[in-house]
Amino acid sequence: MPKMMINGQEVEVEAGITVLQACEQVGIEIPRFCYHERLSIAGNCRMCLVEMERSPKPVASCAMPVAEGMVIHTNTPMVEKARKGVMEFLLINHPLDCPICDQGGECDLQDQAMTYGFDRSRFAENKRAVEDKELGPLVKTIMTRCIHCTRCIRFAEEIAGVSVLGATGRGEHMEIDTYVEQTVNTEVSGNLVDLCPVGALTSKPYAFTARSWELRKTESIDVLDAVGSAIRVDSRDREVMRVLPRLNEDVNEEWINDKTRHACDGLRRQRLDQPYIRRKGKLEPASWNEAFAAIAAKLKGLSGERIAAIAGDLADCESMLALKDLMAGLGSPHLDCRQNGAAVDPGQPASYRFNTTIAGIEAADACLLIGTNPRWEAALVNTRLRKRHRMGGFQVAAIGPAIDLTYPVENLGDSPKVLEALVAGRHPFAEALKKASQPMLILGEGALAREDGPAILGLAHKLAEATGMVGEKWNGFNVLALAASRVGGLDLGFAPAKGGRDVSAILEGAGKGEIEAVYLLGADEIDMGRLGKAFVIYQGHHGDAGANRADVILPGATYTEKSATYVNLEGRVQRTNLAVFPPGDAREDWAILRALSAVLDKQLPYDSLTQLRERLAGANPVFATEDVVEGAPWGKFGGSGAVKDAPFVYPIANFYMTDPISRVSPTMAACTEAFVLPARGKTGTDG
Amino acid sequence: MLRDEDRIFTNLYGQEDSGLAGARKRGDWQNTKTLLEMGRDGIIQAIKDSGLRGRGGAGFGAGLKWSFMPKEVGAKPHYLVVNADESEPGTCKDRDIMRNDPHKLLEGCLIAGFAMAAHACYIYIRGEFIREAERLQAAIDEAYEAGLIGKNACKSGWDFDIYLHRGAGAYICGEETGLLESLEGKKGQPRLKPPFPANAGLYGCPTTVNNVETIAVAPEILRRGPEWFAGIGRENNTGTKLFCISGHVNEPCLVEEAMGISLRDLIETHAGGVRGGWDNLLAVIPGGSSVPVLPKSICDTVLMDFDSLKEVKSGLGTAAVIVMDKSTDIVKAIARLAKFYMHESCGQCTPCREGTGWMWRVMERLVKGEAQINEIDMLEEVTYEVEGHTICALGDAAAWPIQGLIRHFRPELERRIHERQVGGDTEAA
Repeated sequence: MPKMMINGQEVEVEAGITVLQACEQVGIEIPRFCYHERLSIAGNCRMCLVEMERSPKPVASCAMPVAEGMVIHTNTPMVEKARKGVMEFLLINHPLDCPICDQGGECDLQDQAMTYGFDRSRFAENKRAVEDKELGPLVKTIMTRCIHCTRCIRFAEEIAGVSVLGATGRGEHMEIDTYVEQTVNTEVSGNLVDLCPVGALTSKPYAFTARSWELRKTESIDVLDAVGSAIRVDSRDREVMRVLPRLNEDVNEEWINDKTRHACDGLRRQRLDQPYIRRKGKLEPASWNEAFAAIAAKLKGLSGERIAAIAGDLADCESMLALKDLMAGLGSPHLDCRQNGAAVDPGQPASYRFNTTIAGIEAADACLLIGTNPRWEAALVNTRLRKRHRMGGFQVAAIGPAIDLTYPVENLGDSPKVLEALVAGRHPFAEALKKASQPMLILGEGALAREDGPAILGLAHKLAEATGMVGEKWNGFNVLALAASRVGGLDLGFAPAKGGRDVSAILEGAGKGEIEAVYLLGADEIDMGRLGKAFVIYQGHHGDAGANRADVILPGATYTEKSATYVNLEGRVQRTNLAVFPPGDAREDWAILRALSAVLDKQLPYDSLTQLRERLAGANPVFATEDVVEGAPWGKFGGSGAVKDAPFVYPIANFYMTDPISRVSPTMAACTEAFVLPARGKTGTDG
Repeated sequence: MLRDEDRIFTNLYGQEDSGLAGARKRGDWQNTKTLLEMGRDGIIQAIKDSGLRGRGGAGFGAGLKWSFMPKEVGAKPHYLVVNADESEPGTCKDRDIMRNDPHKLLEGCLIAGFAMAAHACYIYIRGEFIREAERLQAAIDEAYEAGLIGKNACKSGWDFDIYLHRGAGAYICGEETGLLESLEGKKGQPRLKPPFPANAGLYGCPTTVNNVETIAVAPEILRRGPEWFAGIGRENNTGTKLFCISGHVNEPCLVEEAMGISLRDLIETHAGGVRGGWDNLLAVIPGGSSVPVLPKSICDTVLMDFDSLKEVKSGLGTAAVIVMDKSTDIVKAIARLAKFYMHESCGQCTPCREGTGWMWRVMERLVKGEAQINEIDMLEEVTYEVEGHTICALGDAAAWPIQGLIRHFRPELERRIHERQVGGDTEAA
């Protein structure tokens, strides 16, 4: 622990940190542009210069490691002169077009110019103008504003793992550009906008729609994948204007993926804002009472055996519990929250959770991916895997079609037979896993949703035990859940009760007429054609597949319109918050179910969200916690039997369109066109 | 005056054979094995004792620099990198060493490399030096063939490889860490220090970067003994030095002289004097374009070594003496240098990227007097905002010539502005 002096104050700091970090620890703010704690150090903006005794020149505090006996001053004339000089240089060629700049109000350059800038310019020459670059549908460039901090280059290179950005030219002709005229093809490109300290990179979809100070900021979490990234929902009036990341070191650090960030323009399209009833084959607007009456007319007197419920990917825990309770009241054992039929064991949390935890990836030293494309299934799990790769000494292998995950992956083949060979110890990578001190595997839901899913789960379980992945302090067995509702639904037991049917059996029953009524809680990703003649109640927020098939539609709320509980893939309980009210007659989902239960004479025993949450905690103590992960006990799960030779197929065909919200988002459509469709058009000869 | 027998570079002008046979005749590669037998510490101590200071411009003690390399070779190999990216305007010394006396450099590489426990040496040569690169490569091939370098170099038991790498034409790649970046195949941009190359240099391995001249004189110092070298010149400014004299002299030349020779002697003895006589002298840039210009009054007496020139707020730099007589438009000359630095700034860090362009533009206006008087002060302030605030020394190098101009020639700047204003008024009237 070196001792040093900062502004006459003696401090003891950790060895290995920089002067800038040391200053921050004693509460001295050092201005900076290029420095970012999650990126490598560039030291090029020169804004963080401080005076170091025995050094004739001021030193860049972001790059200078602390040392015993160091004497630092941050408030001397030398430092002030350096900062003012750098600020002047940054501003001479900056267009100062703050009034028309989207960064205005949340701009590092603007803020710091207030402190260190002059009140007038001494620069009498012409300013530099730089041609804008085309970075794709998400990132807008106004390159004249660029201050060449290279944060974007470093982010792309280091975090996103795509080497497309770089600096060309030198001196004042240096420009940030893609190599060569490419779009920035990564799922996390939106973070470039957050990182840019000025208005050079701004959000293209959000351009000129709002000023930052007009927005109401609501802290929430994302539900468009199972990661549960911390977000901030910025809204104006009744509209969500944008979504930004919030810090959660254990989950998303400070990044979010592009779907999380930009699918929000799907929140106001194709919304279900009033109940509908199908009359003579046509959906007609109806009142809540009419809709409830229509449901009651069908369900009253119907045996519970003939009723089923399926929860969709975006369903929140409160509404799933309310629906589960309602189904119990109606006497139905047929309910399931695994739309894709993933063969996880609802009784064994360890079989459906990401047990290592996302942050835990950083402690692993070998990893096997089984039938999963984390880059598309959980982009921020993938960035964490990449982060681990960059720390060195991390061996990754995959079973599944070869894809670019932004870090080197040894492809072992695409057939489940490889997994068999690994379990039998006939494959060299089994040795690597055994040798690793903290090995892990990630099992994709796509691999479990196959016909031989139970056997694959069983094999993965065996492999985990055979290679020492599960111990007292380490659990390297992970299932990568695909949907925000999945882990929560299973935790609260939204799964077939005794004698109940799972999703495929429900569909089969409906097709045969054994199931006469199906309640879809936001379930849009099942094959609606298999529902046969069943009476379908669809509760959800978007006019997607489910609403299209429905006989009665109950308009619900999206994740930005309700305070609701979700459990992320690790088993972390988190809550969304209401940012805007649901449109029209749409209501919070649990309240719809509570109201319906009264009409059906099966009144649910809770009148408020608080009471419902107490009931949730009663159903599973995990719901009494928030933002923590408690390890799930290890147990026996998975089936036996032979696996098929058919290669794994990744479950997500288009990262940008996976749910009712992103499917109607114009921005996601633009991304699909820019990134997904061209890749599909590739033939074998396209390099 | 340096005595002929004290000259190190005896084929500077290429009158003799530059090949191995010629070099051997001049004494190179004579007893290299014996020199290596001095051991790592022995060699480094001898270089320290000789007082040799780096010949690339900064004048850092060469022996001291070599001693910064780790004593033991750890997991990472050590590298010697020779900076032959000679691009400082006015400088043409390394070029002639490589062209006419390449074996001096190669022998120096082996000795220096051995002293820092490096098995590999990279010579980064300026891209434009095509013939020089050919000549040097031929010399390397000869040395390999004769067993002087390569496996068991000079039968010393030390394996030593020399690779020639050609640059792509950027002044900034002559900055030691920019050079390393370029050598690694990246964009030539200087690195932050610390870490210094001796800890983490080429590919993150311990590396020493030395100028061609520094390396080339090392064998001769060892052969003749450090006392001989230290006996030439003044204290702390010892030895011989190549001076490149260009500009308004009768016979521009490259000459090896003792450190501490007076500027006037240097010009009059070797360069045939200033065009039109000493009194026709306007100013001299004594050490390559980066150092501040000196007016005649200082040139009359100043000595040519690191410390004497530092005293008059200039520097020895690369010892490229640029002489300007009274026909010179001094403002335009400095403006041209400002343009050079703007063009060669790598663009990485703010003060240099933005400041060099600003300074050049103001300089261009000052050439024509299209400025306000207070802009002279502003320009000077800007130079101090650049100086010392950048990652590498290019910012300083861009600032110093302008500071020198303002320090010594402010009346000239003011005169142009006044004349322009008066002229403008007459026109308006």
